[in-house]
Amino acid sequence: MTIDIQQFVQTFLEESFEGLDTMEAQLLELNGDNPASIDTIFRAAHSIKGGAGTFGFSAVSDFTHGVETLLDQMRSGTRSTTPELTALLLEAVDCIRSMLSATDSGQTPDARKVADTAARIESWLDDSPARSRHPEPSATTAPRASQGWRIRFEPHADIMMTGNDPLRILSALSELGDMACQCDLGRLPPIETMDPEQCHLSWDIVVHGDIPRTAIESVFEWVEGECDLTIDEITAGEEAPGPATDEDTRSSPPPADKTENQDSATQVRQRDQSSSIRVNTRKIDALIDMVGELVITQSMLGELSERLQNGDPGCMEQLLDGITQLERNTRELQENVMGIRMLPISFAFNRIPRMVHDLSGRLGKSLQLQLTGEQTELDKTVLEKISDPLVHLVRNAADHGIEMPEQRAAAGKPETGTIQLNAFHQGGNIIIEIADDGAGLNRERIRERALHRGLISEEQVLSDEQLDDLIFAPGFSTAEAVSDVSGRGVGMDVVRQNINSLGGAVEISSEPGAGSRVTIRLPLTLSILDGQLIEVGQEKFVIPLVSIIESIQVTPGHLRSVADSRLLYRLRDQYIPVLFPDQLLLGDARRDRDLDHALLVVVEAEGQQAGLVVDDLLGQQQVVIKALETNFRRVDGIAGATILGDGTVALILDASGLMHLASRRTPDAPLLKRRDNAAA
Amino acid sequence: MNMGQALETNYDVTGQEGEQFLTFILAGEEYGVDILRVQEIRGWTRTTPIPNAPHYIKGVINLRGTIVPIIDLRERFNMETLEYGPTTVVIVVRAEHEDHDRIMGIVVDAVSEVYSLQDDNRQAPPDLGNAIDEQFVTALATIEEKMIILLDIDRLLSNAALQQIRPEETTQ
Repeated sequence: MTIDIQQFVQTFLEESFEGLDTMEAQLLELNGDNPASIDTIFRAAHSIKGGAGTFGFSAVSDFTHGVETLLDQMRSGTRSTTPELTALLLEAVDCIRSMLSATDSGQTPDARKVADTAARIESWLDDSPARSRHPEPSATTAPRASQGWRIRFEPHADIMMTGNDPLRILSALSELGDMACQCDLGRLPPIETMDPEQCHLSWDIVVHGDIPRTAIESVFEWVEGECDLTIDEITAGEEAPGPATDEDTRSSPPPADKTENQDSATQVRQRDQSSSIRVNTRKIDALIDMVGELVITQSMLGELSERLQNGDPGCMEQLLDGITQLERNTRELQENVMGIRMLPISFAFNRIPRMVHDLSGRLGKSLQLQLTGEQTELDKTVLEKISDPLVHLVRNAADHGIEMPEQRAAAGKPETGTIQLNAFHQGGNIIIEIADDGAGLNRERIRERALHRGLISEEQVLSDEQLDDLIFAPGFSTAEAVSDVSGRGVGMDVVRQNINSLGGAVEISSEPGAGSRVTIRLPLTLSILDGQLIEVGQEKFVIPLVSIIESIQVTPGHLRSVADSRLLYRLRDQYIPVLFPDQLLLGDARRDRDLDHALLVVVEAEGQQAGLVVDDLLGQQQVVIKALETNFRRVDGIAGATILGDGTVALILDASGLMHLASRRTPDAPLLKRRDNAAA
Repeated sequence: MNMGQALETNYDVTGQEGEQFLTFILAGEEYGVDILRVQEIRGWTRTTPIPNAPHYIKGVINLRGTIVPIIDLRERFNMETLEYGPTTVVIVVRAEHEDHDRIMGIVVDAVSEVYSLQDDNRQAPPDLGNAIDEQFVTALATIEEKMIILLDIDRLLSNAALQQIRPEETTQ
């Protein structure tokens, strides 16, 4: 029987990336010799190595082996933890990550960096302080080569229960070099008492050749603890030819046939990549409970309706109770199903500590990061898209917000600058705050820059808030010089755009000398929105509540037309364009319509307002967004579709799309003339 | 394969060999589509119109939680349109496109039969002139002296065929 192990590769990669995150987090917290956290790091490295070996990513497993050896020495106390060592291990984590994501995406990793790091690990291992006194056979000594090895391999009786086959181990050994093997039948019981599923044999093996000890050990890696193993060097006198040889095998690419294998696996993986999500078992259990409840309620309702049919009037009240219960079940079920897509924000926060650590070194600033509310949950899609803006904002805070230590000391502040990252729920939204205790925004310079860029005019008077908000304007960057830290071509305007596209908002508040605070407000999920149901012509549409400013009745005489091509409405002190959804979407222009006292829904998008003429406002409700793209394609002016209570489909209007549609459209002159007369 | 089995019990099957086609009637002619692409057959229900779509796209319906566009084949082939009646049916098919598969409904006059067709009862389509867009026809088949026009669902419901009409064009 052959098992296609490629199907597990994706799982291995996911677990490995998680393991790398753990390693990184623990390494950053590593102060002195803390056996518990070194243990955690070691375990993560060990499983990555093992998994990589199984799936044929030999470059990864070889590389990780060196890291593991270092960690093992740290764990057993033969090597003390120094900042240089931690830095090297962090770099190694980066290398492993890049190698793994390279196999994932089919790109080639940065071979030079990997080789360089591997060489540095080698040199650390080379001046190995002492042999580990740890008895574990795996990875206890630095890799060395010799003329041959004498191995005594005594598998425990139940080794085959774990799926390990001694024969495969032997054939793997024979591939390493010239092997001679003698089988010891001493433990073999009489045939009538022999259990064919147990292993009663043991072997004395001699392997000749220039083989590193690690190669031998890795053959036995999976049977550690399931056998008695002694590995002795045959010629003890000669030292290994030097780590350079080892390193060559280490950084050399895998054989050609393997590469081909990996390529095809990569293609398979990429296809089903986005479709997997890890869900806490507790959430699944809760769902199952709720479905159970639902089934009970359903059978109860069935029974009651039968009794009602048989003319039992007494059960009416019970029936109503049952329906209430059904409602509650459904709502709970809905909330919990939505909850499956929810992940803690720590997934996005995880990248931050490492980044702050690196930034602090690169910028020569002393930085401290405080994370709160990491367990706050939000939708997976939102989470994935918020990660980059977050990184950018923290980078900005570190680069522009926090001052240099001398300046801080001069201002009477602690030399270490603090960046706070906080996430919490607030009324159906999730709020993420990025605060720093730096210098705050320099409003003088913002004004100067905005003038220079032509964003504001000389005589314009702006409040502090309006000035602060200018940093989100397109083409604005306060960095004196573009540094490699925050000048990466994405500005705050991109951050705002990204957040807006998620249906969220971002704002900044700042106190000169005390720091600034960026507040991001995001909807909990992208798949449900609060909508206003409207009627236009014969059709029902949904307008997202977030884009509605107000709904008003047209006051006669407030309608004006501009150059016969646009209809404007005077809303208090400003004029807003009037749009006709029926004309824009249904191609149905009702020319004889009286606009006096018509209903106008004022919507806002991209900072502009417009009034939509609707026939009726029907009610507000939560709607589940369904993409039209699934079976059709994107439609201008439409954000998606939803299914109403009666099972029919209603389209969700996209305010900004409607405005674009209207501006592209050739004006319908006669239509406007009629309206203008009516309004006059 | 439940769909196929269900159809076999309801419709006459002429043989077990070859590919099976579901045929339907459109203006007196019989057309066929690969039965493996047919998801289900349902009656006409009211649709929600899609803004600025070609005239033959009648709108979208809710098919058990999925939004499915409905295409009127008579209008697609520029035939005279009919009032939708009790025999008007929608065949829900799966069209395979480069990017992903799409589920769509096609409105036809009536569903006819399921036939198994060997390669030798099929012939390449002759020049059909303007009668029907040639690119949608894969072959002509003859069964019991009847001609069946076999359609290429993927092309018929291709991305290009669903393209948006620019708003300027809709302005009368």
